Amino acid sequence: MTTETIPSKVAPAAGRGNRKQARRNTLIGWTFILPNFLGFLAFTLIPVLAAFALSFMEWTSFTAPKWVGLANFQRMFASDSFWVALRNTVVYAIGHVPLTMALALLLAMLLNRKLKGIGFFRVAIFFPYITSLVAVAVVWNMLFSPDNGPINQFLHAIGIANAPGWTSSSDWALPAVIITSVWRDMGYYMVLYLAGLQAIPTELYEAAEVDGASAWQRFWNVTIPSLRPTTFFVVVMLTVSSFKVFDLIVVMTNGGPGRSTTVLSQLIYQEGIGEGKFGYSSAISLVLFLIVLTVTVLQFKIQQRRER
Amino acid sequence: MTNMAEDLKTEAPLAGLAPATEDRRRIDRRRSTREREKRTSDLVIYSVLAVLVVALMVPFIWMVSSSLKENNQVLTVPIQWIPSEFVWSNYTDIWTRIPMMGYLQNSLYLAVIITCLQVLTGSLAAYGFSKVRFPGRDVLFLAYIGTIAVPWQAYMVPQYIMMQNLGLTNSFNALILLQAFGAFGVFLMRQYYMTIPDELCEAARIDGLSEYGIWARVILPLSKPALASLALLTFVNTWNDYMGPFIYLTSNRLWTVQLGLRSFVGQFDAEYAMIMTGSVISVIPILAIFLVGQRYFIQGIATSGMKG
Repeated sequence: MTTETIPSKVAPAAGRGNRKQARRNTLIGWTFILPNFLGFLAFTLIPVLAAFALSFMEWTSFTAPKWVGLANFQRMFASDSFWVALRNTVVYAIGHVPLTMALALLLAMLLNRKLKGIGFFRVAIFFPYITSLVAVAVVWNMLFSPDNGPINQFLHAIGIANAPGWTSSSDWALPAVIITSVWRDMGYYMVLYLAGLQAIPTELYEAAEVDGASAWQRFWNVTIPSLRPTTFFVVVMLTVSSFKVFDLIVVMTNGGPGRSTTVLSQLIYQEGIGEGKFGYSSAISLVLFLIVLTVTVLQFKIQQRRER
Repeated sequence: MTNMAEDLKTEAPLAGLAPATEDRRRIDRRRSTREREKRTSDLVIYSVLAVLVVALMVPFIWMVSSSLKENNQVLTVPIQWIPSEFVWSNYTDIWTRIPMMGYLQNSLYLAVIITCLQVLTGSLAAYGFSKVRFPGRDVLFLAYIGTIAVPWQAYMVPQYIMMQNLGLTNSFNALILLQAFGAFGVFLMRQYYMTIPDELCEAARIDGLSEYGIWARVILPLSKPALASLALLTFVNTWNDYMGPFIYLTSNRLWTVQLGLRSFVGQFDAEYAMIMTGSVISVIPILAIFLVGQRYFIQGIATSGMKG
């Protein structure tokens, strides 16, 4: 409402002055963006576009690039390992995104209060995220150790006789990786949610309370709508990071046992860097990109419609 | 009546401590009831949090405890949470077993340079994207978002070919150029700047500040928490990055902590205790930095600019 009054005041000066202002704004805008954009253009955008082109080419470390149209994709869709990797990646995302999000929000709501020493709890729960990845993978690998690992000792203690083999079993390796990654990531998203919660004006809650809203109603009608920008950010980041999952798996299971935890990124790495099939690996990465882009654009559209 | 008695009981010590506020408390009986309820619920929250945090810290407890054991004491039944004998020599031996100090220095060097560049260029670009209106801005921002959605693995092959042509492989410069201009920083800062009301910039404009002045004197001071969190996140991400150094840094003298630790695990996979020692050491520097900076981090990722 307040912004509407400003343009009406400026309105008489419209016309040529506006166009000049627009040109000035363009110049100013670009000077702000340029330092980042130059690096972004050279080392992200151009390689991204190159990857697009590469996926339609036959190019290995031994041969010159040659345009082959959709041949890479035909080969990929006929390849069993592509479907296995795709399935594993999707299963990972389906496990990782909602679990991390729900736990992060739950933790944030628990920790969003003015209590003495609350900072300690926040730091402690955030801590896994800042732990070096190799350390995390190594520790959890030992925790998941099928014979004498602490996790299976615990499971035995609570009466589960056939404890899973975790990283040594092809059925349980992926759940083991998901558990590890949820544990590692939830602290980070908890902080994002915490920041979102703290940005909600307390007056909203007070007003809702005066109106007789129950805690549950306040959660649904104040907290959740107010958190939309945060949730948007969290979901985008989580989805993208789930589909990109790579280093944790490389260090923890290296795709095994068998192909049970091989994910798309790893397949790209194996084909592209490992075997030097630049074109074929780019075709896989294009598919990975399209999946992730579809999800992101969809979420962006939903967010935009809600803001209106 | 019992309610009243309880009220008095809880009020008595308070009244003794702060007689000046006693009158107000008497008048505001409703609030004091609520405070008492709050205190009971605080106790419940504390216990819930304590149990939660201990459960989530188990991997760390395990890591530290194992790092002070002999190898054959690590995976025992039942679990030894406290080593029967503290093997401190693990912490002195590791420096000679692997060039740990060199790894730490390399990680630090990379993390500091990349963080500084990312924060500076990211906050500049975010201002351009959120507070300056010019044609093409939103399309450009979509390109940024788009590349966040593109898995890094998708364009690592073109990047590698590019770096090879520039003669930068096996050098820190490759990683700095690839990681310092990330779209993530721009996205995070823009999300934050969007929460700062445009009216603030408008007021500064009317006061005669240039756009650069607004960025430096209005937006930057307001976004300290966001800057701090971006800096910390970038630092942590660089420190924890495994695949980047893995691809670009081939000579041992350039290795980061992550690479050094992973190679150690690969070479001596039965040296559980020493592996845990290395893990602890890889985590300590980042924990120290986080504990110093966490106030900004936890408090402020997206606290609204107006409230700050």
